[in-house]
Amino acid sequence: MGTEWGSRLRQWWSTPVARALLALLLMIAIGFVFSADGAFFRWSVHRDMLRQVSVFGILACGMTVVIISAGIDLSVSSLLALAAVTFAWLTMPHGWPALAAIPVVLAVGAVLGSISGVLVARMRIQPFIVTLAMMVFGRGLAKVISGGRKITNYVTDADGSSQVVDLPEIFGIIDSRVLWGNLSIVTIIFLACVLITWIVLSRLRLGRHIYAVGGNMEAARLSGVPVRLTLITAYALSGFFAAVAGICQAAQETHGDPETGMAYELDAIAMVVIGGTSLAGGKGSVILTLIGVLTIGYLQKILSLNAAPEATRLMLTGAIIICAVLFQRERE
Amino acid sequence: MTAAGCEPIRIGAERTAGNPSRSDPVVSMRGIRKSFGSVEVLHGIDFEVLPGEVHVIAGENGAGKSTLIKILSGAYSHFTGRLLVCGLPRRFARPSEAVEAGIATIHQELSLVPSMSVADNLFLGWEVTGRFGQVDFGLQETEAARVLQEMGLDCSPHQLVSELPISCQQSLEIARALTRDASVFILDEPTSALNEHEVESLFGRIRELRSENRSIVYITHKMEEIYQLADRITVLRDGNLAGTAAADDLPPAELVRWMVGRDVTPVGGDEPPHSGAGGIALEVEDLCIAHSVVKERSVVEGVSFALRSGEILGLAGLQGSGKSEVLHALFGALGRRATGRVRLFGEPYAAKSPQESVEQGVVLLTNDRKSMGLAPDLSVTHSVSLASLSRFCGHGGWIRREQEGQAVQALTREFRLRAPSEEAPVRTLSGGNQQKVYLARCLLPQPRVLLLDEPTRGIDIGAKADIYELMRAWVGEGIAILLITSEMEELLTLSERILVMRSGRIVAELPRSTASKDSVLAAAMGASVDEEQR
Repeated sequence: MGTEWGSRLRQWWSTPVARALLALLLMIAIGFVFSADGAFFRWSVHRDMLRQVSVFGILACGMTVVIISAGIDLSVSSLLALAAVTFAWLTMPHGWPALAAIPVVLAVGAVLGSISGVLVARMRIQPFIVTLAMMVFGRGLAKVISGGRKITNYVTDADGSSQVVDLPEIFGIIDSRVLWGNLSIVTIIFLACVLITWIVLSRLRLGRHIYAVGGNMEAARLSGVPVRLTLITAYALSGFFAAVAGICQAAQETHGDPETGMAYELDAIAMVVIGGTSLAGGKGSVILTLIGVLTIGYLQKILSLNAAPEATRLMLTGAIIICAVLFQRERE
Repeated sequence: MTAAGCEPIRIGAERTAGNPSRSDPVVSMRGIRKSFGSVEVLHGIDFEVLPGEVHVIAGENGAGKSTLIKILSGAYSHFTGRLLVCGLPRRFARPSEAVEAGIATIHQELSLVPSMSVADNLFLGWEVTGRFGQVDFGLQETEAARVLQEMGLDCSPHQLVSELPISCQQSLEIARALTRDASVFILDEPTSALNEHEVESLFGRIRELRSENRSIVYITHKMEEIYQLADRITVLRDGNLAGTAAADDLPPAELVRWMVGRDVTPVGGDEPPHSGAGGIALEVEDLCIAHSVVKERSVVEGVSFALRSGEILGLAGLQGSGKSEVLHALFGALGRRATGRVRLFGEPYAAKSPQESVEQGVVLLTNDRKSMGLAPDLSVTHSVSLASLSRFCGHGGWIRREQEGQAVQALTREFRLRAPSEEAPVRTLSGGNQQKVYLARCLLPQPRVLLLDEPTRGIDIGAKADIYELMRAWVGEGIAILLITSEMEELLTLSERILVMRSGRIVAELPRSTASKDSVLAAAMGASVDEEQR
């Protein structure tokens, strides 16, 4: 009996989710040791950590989809900035209601994402190059729309006079907390994105196609999988999630900044990879990404609680990414 | 690199005392056990290789042949038991250590670098270098040309490997290993993608090596190969040693009994496979296929034939005759490279994409499972259901997983698939079981026309018998099968008619009654053999 449980435990141990969880537990244990005089045991620390990783986590959801399709999306940070700027621009100077602005912003993200997808799938340009170009282009577009400045509720009218308009209600709603201040709306949005991604990847035909295309594109094609459409949808999803993240970012910053979210794509990639999703494509899951997001979140939190200087923080993060990936690797 | 291994012993004229006979084993494995996780796959195997012998390892898929070989070749370092090479206890931590000990391995799967030239691949890892470590490309190329000629390979040292047909690549893979100076050569199903000529030159080379007192460990499923080559045969069954015997002492029927543990009727018997063919399923008229690079040249020209429901139509020809391309074209996988008129059950059918073909009930099984068949990390269930997901999908593409699982399970049971579980990634399955997964994928969409390119590649005898039985059943249900196989016996017993292709054209149609190995080969190679052998 005991041995049966032992072997079952050992089998479970070798699954990717178990290994990712172990890494996360290890990180939390480190937090217990370096608790900054017990600060780590305060509930508010964990709550804040969740809120702080949420925007990155939303990006990581889309990134997971694209990476499983054997691609990469470097443009998410720029699309986030573009979405933030567009959202602020529509709601503040133009005074659009939130219900009209949000769908438009999400559509902008999805359309730009699907343009990347078309270039990857139809023109057969490597995803790295396509999304690198989209990253630069998107940042430029954000600057065009914003005129290179932050878009705030300090609005300049056509006749040159300036006035301060009320911050639209939606900004406050997204940036608020529910459950007696314990759960922020941004975190709820992040968890909803995880759920959507999970449904897409493991319950819908689209998800099967994404895994198949990422695992062996030719085999997928010869099995009748619409390879191009699958790829385009994957990048469109990533653009869509980037737009969601952009709206959250704008709400948290209470303005639309074309410079926001610089290099966020790298954090998103790190979160996906630390979870154990391989850049080679064809395997991984959004559950792993969720664990990866929490792992990195705790790492950052522990470092900041212990007042580690920026330089140390960066170096440690780099080292820990490598350790986590080595730890994740499947053994013979 | 010297022929390490036993060279010193052999040269040392009369052996030192205590090391007497000439037939000391080069390799001796005793009580080998190997586990993956908590599952033991080898339960104490004894295996010996003598100098200058061809030792065949036979056994069904999953019997443990590849695992045993991987221990010997250094791919697995964790096992229990003793491994002696030339009398010295060894435990290879990595393949390169085995190579240094004089054990060269040719794996079933290709391990060439497609973007490098033939010569570069031949010398990969043991480049000829000058004084400053620079590669002597000139010398490598002359040497490569010599090797290619010796192996009867029709390609130039400058050519990129990716430009070569798959049979040529496999010959090259073998050539690469055989040119190394080793005392033991391990060949794991080397002929699965070779044509008859290439097989013959390979066998010639193997006999040469044997006469040089080198040993060959040879894994194969093909009966005729076993008895053409083997000095001794070791049979594995379910991770156990079924026995070792001299080839002369082990008649085929007995060998099969050792392998399967029961009596099996060999290659499907003589009963005609058809159920009385029905109406015309697929009518092809004037099919032409352009060369993939040089658009003006064509690889297939003016091919016309009709395939009836409930018929197995064999398509024969040497490698490069265009037979595989015909299958790909009918499947819509070649796009605009293919032209011609095709009618499917009387309806005009312009196969524009694989997706459309699958929807129309035309399914292709390619001859390259690794690069065109399976995604290694997909689970068994997901791999099998990939081509038929629309059957299991509700609104919005939501998959009814229970229904999917049941359908897949029913099929894999019919195929007698051996897998750790339905959720296991296909890369953890043995080669033969991967092939079964691939075949099952093609069957699940309930096709009307099956295009099969080497369906039994890498499958053991017992499983082959299963597949033949299944094919009969499918034909009985009215499925039309267009079959390519390099195993002549399979082609002759299964096909109702055989079309023979040469240089992109159909040169003969042989009914079952008159077709023979000789007549098919004669047609495939042309009246005068020396005319053109490709």
